[in-house]
Amino acid sequence: MNDLHDTRRLSADLDRIETEPYYEPVGGEVALFEAAWASRVPVLLKGPTGCGKTRFVEHMAWRLARPLVTVSCHDDLTASDLVGRYLIVDDETVWVDGPLARAVRTGSICYLDEIVEARKDTTVVIHPLADNRRILPMEKRGELLRAPAEFMLILSYNPGYQSVLKELKHSTRQRFVAIEFDYPRPDLEAKIVVTETGIDASTAERLVKFAAMTRNLKGSGLDEGASTRLLVHAAQLMRHGVAPRAACTAAISLALSDDPEMLTAIDELASAVF
Amino acid sequence: MTSAMRAADVLYTQAELEERLDDILCAALSSRRSAAAIAAGIAPLPRAQQEFVLGWAQVAAHNVAELGYQFTAQAPQALALFGRGGTEKWLLHALDAYDKEGLYPACAALKDLAGFKRRTDAAGEGVALTEVTRVLELFLRGLAGRRLQLEAADDTWTDTETIFLPERIACYTSREQNFSLYKAIAVHHWSQARYGSFNVELGPALAAYAEPGRALAWLNLLEAIRLESLVGRSYAGLAALLAALRPELPARLVAARERLSQADSSIADSVLLLPEFYPLPLPEPFPYMGSLHPQRAAEVRGERIAKERRALYTELEQLRQTAQAERNESQAGEPELDVDSSFDTLEFELQIDGEEVTPPEEVAKLIRSIIQDFGEIPEEYLLASGPGAYAAEDPSADEAASEVGESQAVGGRLYDEWDFRRRDYRKDWCVLFESDVLPGDPGYVAAVRVRYAGRIAQLRRRFEALRGEDRLLRRQTEGEDIDFDAAVEAYADCKSGVEPSERLFVQRQRTERNIAVMFMVDMSGSTKGWINTCEREALVLLCEALEALGDRYAIYGFSGWTRKRCEIYRIKTFGESYSEAVRGRIAGVEPRDYTRMGVAIRHLSGILNEVEAKTRILFTLSDGKPDDFHDGYRGDYGIEDTRQALLEARQSGIHPFCVTIDEEARDYLPHMYGPASWVLIDDAGQLPLKTADVYRRLTS
Repeated sequence: MNDLHDTRRLSADLDRIETEPYYEPVGGEVALFEAAWASRVPVLLKGPTGCGKTRFVEHMAWRLARPLVTVSCHDDLTASDLVGRYLIVDDETVWVDGPLARAVRTGSICYLDEIVEARKDTTVVIHPLADNRRILPMEKRGELLRAPAEFMLILSYNPGYQSVLKELKHSTRQRFVAIEFDYPRPDLEAKIVVTETGIDASTAERLVKFAAMTRNLKGSGLDEGASTRLLVHAAQLMRHGVAPRAACTAAISLALSDDPEMLTAIDELASAVF
Repeated sequence: MTSAMRAADVLYTQAELEERLDDILCAALSSRRSAAAIAAGIAPLPRAQQEFVLGWAQVAAHNVAELGYQFTAQAPQALALFGRGGTEKWLLHALDAYDKEGLYPACAALKDLAGFKRRTDAAGEGVALTEVTRVLELFLRGLAGRRLQLEAADDTWTDTETIFLPERIACYTSREQNFSLYKAIAVHHWSQARYGSFNVELGPALAAYAEPGRALAWLNLLEAIRLESLVGRSYAGLAALLAALRPELPARLVAARERLSQADSSIADSVLLLPEFYPLPLPEPFPYMGSLHPQRAAEVRGERIAKERRALYTELEQLRQTAQAERNESQAGEPELDVDSSFDTLEFELQIDGEEVTPPEEVAKLIRSIIQDFGEIPEEYLLASGPGAYAAEDPSADEAASEVGESQAVGGRLYDEWDFRRRDYRKDWCVLFESDVLPGDPGYVAAVRVRYAGRIAQLRRRFEALRGEDRLLRRQTEGEDIDFDAAVEAYADCKSGVEPSERLFVQRQRTERNIAVMFMVDMSGSTKGWINTCEREALVLLCEALEALGDRYAIYGFSGWTRKRCEIYRIKTFGESYSEAVRGRIAGVEPRDYTRMGVAIRHLSGILNEVEAKTRILFTLSDGKPDDFHDGYRGDYGIEDTRQALLEARQSGIHPFCVTIDEEARDYLPHMYGPASWVLIDDAGQLPLKTADVYRRLTS
């Protein structure tokens, strides 16, 4: 029984980030994050998909030398998935911490990615952690976990979704300091693509130009333009010998739309730069 | 030939044409058949097409005069149907028939235009503009720059806001090539607007020449060369496309290209080169080149400049006021605005008192459009004194008519209206009347149901999938009952030494949707005709889908004529079922007067808030901006009042959402509804099919 418990505890070490994750700051977000961490205020990251939110969190965890626990939220994720549950081992019940409890115990940074996807009952455990109480009530164990100074809660959220059922409640969002993310400036974005993939600068610039063109289409049939992540994918394909146009179709166009006319238009835009 | 080309842009007159046709076709003409009728057909064509017809008429008449006669008689129609390439093929096909079968089948072939079109269409080589409009529009929108409309026309040109393209291109044997030509035409004319081909007044420059038409043709060519190299700076692929379609440049033009391909080259450089090239024989125009109409482009540009200058001034004034409010007292004078811009990339940096500000997207678009027209933001645009000659319209013009409380308020409800200039409400400003829509054709809904039968079945299936029903979830970690199957398995696992699952419970999950939605339908006069048809069909499809889903819904129409007669038309209330009477009212939805949106939103929000529901949605179907007759509602006032009404709705817990078909919606809807709460449907015909989809996405 103790083994099980120990392995779960030990895994906090596995969450530690050893090498610096590459991140290119675009504004004052690093300083802002550090200030929030120092003053024990939780942070809400807003921004479109693939613009670097997760990478930023990894980078900050490394910078602050804290373990990072990431939970990708989905619509079946409940409060007890986050807090923990009893398992049966050899006719005995054993408590196993969920990722949030683990993060609180070990003073880690806990990152709940796409929080609006999770079930509404998760707010029950997030709220007391996110205000000045900084506690995690574990009802099933009758235990109250107090977060150490190093613990930090981070949520991410994409405001571009159009579903009214996927809006963040005010009682939740007003507990957080918000940092807004957007796609980086063209020169910076090209630099990121080069650093991530090792592709030549001129190809990276063209990819960035292509991305800007797809972003012009937002609202005209596209919900989002090509993200920095998609550019990195395309560049990786090119690095492995895929022809540029084919790489753009596979990594970008098809990822953005299923509408045949839109696909044609995006492919034509790719042909404007490649 | 040279003398004919001298007057490149001057049309042949009918008399000139008649004379030449008489020459060419003399053997086929008689007292009953004169060349006059044919000449009349050819006279309105552009000069290049006239030349084309005369040239080929000679070829055809060379075989036998009758063929030349038949060809010239049909040529205008053939050109309209097939374009130049297709017309050539049509004639060659007839000449083939003549060689093989003789005169009679050849004439029959020439007369059978429809048959030839059918056959070439079936071969799938030609491309019609309608097939590719959307792709091309999206494509151009992706390229930076002002939004351009595409329209079919006989003459290919652009006025800097609309590109006129041929209705059909069938110059090449493959669809890809024909599409490429469309794309090249679109790119070339986009680049005229993007790189400022009309940014100087061309009239005087051309008038200096003896043959302005010829000078214009040369200028068009020089511009094509300049634009190709500018396009190539940012979009190598597009320059390659253009270059592949045009013939090799003669040495002199290659030298000119050196001068025109500088990064900062402008239309002025092309004008400067004009004297050198004017006397030379004109080469064949590039296939993607259309004609230049400097005068008409200048008119459109002039209107736009005036409009955008006013708009920018209003926007900057707001930014300035915000900055002023945030300043501390030690700073004197007006906040200082500065814009650094690049014509090359259309990027810009807006600074207020030396601090960078990111303006809203609409303002950014405005600034980029102005940069396209001037190469930069002119200094005087940034002055606080504003554009004297373009002073904003007087807002208080209708102040005099503000006494309310007259007899017309009987039976109406009074609503406040937001005046953004006062930053306060005008009390009891609007009088609103509610009434039922008069029922229309009782068979209408049934007919729509039949027409969209397949689609409705599909919608119902999709919506049923969303429907919240009690579900028994098995193998849960917690729940109100034991899942015996899982328990037995777990017991067996335990006994055999395997780790058992902890998912041993069943849970009854109630995924109740609990949504109430109010559909607010634009019944203003501007929806007349096709849009109204689409709106009604959209309502039928929505009702069918919502019946499957079980969300509570109501439908109201709105219109009005000044603040004293705002009308709300009941189509379906929340309490009513989708009955025969409701169907009749849907059929009876018809265009009325104006679009005073604020008061309608306030009234319908009130009704919506009386419904007990967890999520309340106010869903607007609209075709344009808020607008009303004569009392200053049009423009900013209406937009701000609507925005305020939506803010009130939002504060009371309603989610507003808008589906519109107004192409300009991007300019004001984000401001009114917020960035993610609206959808633009490009084509009204898509409204019935898309609206239900939008609703489904919104609530899942």
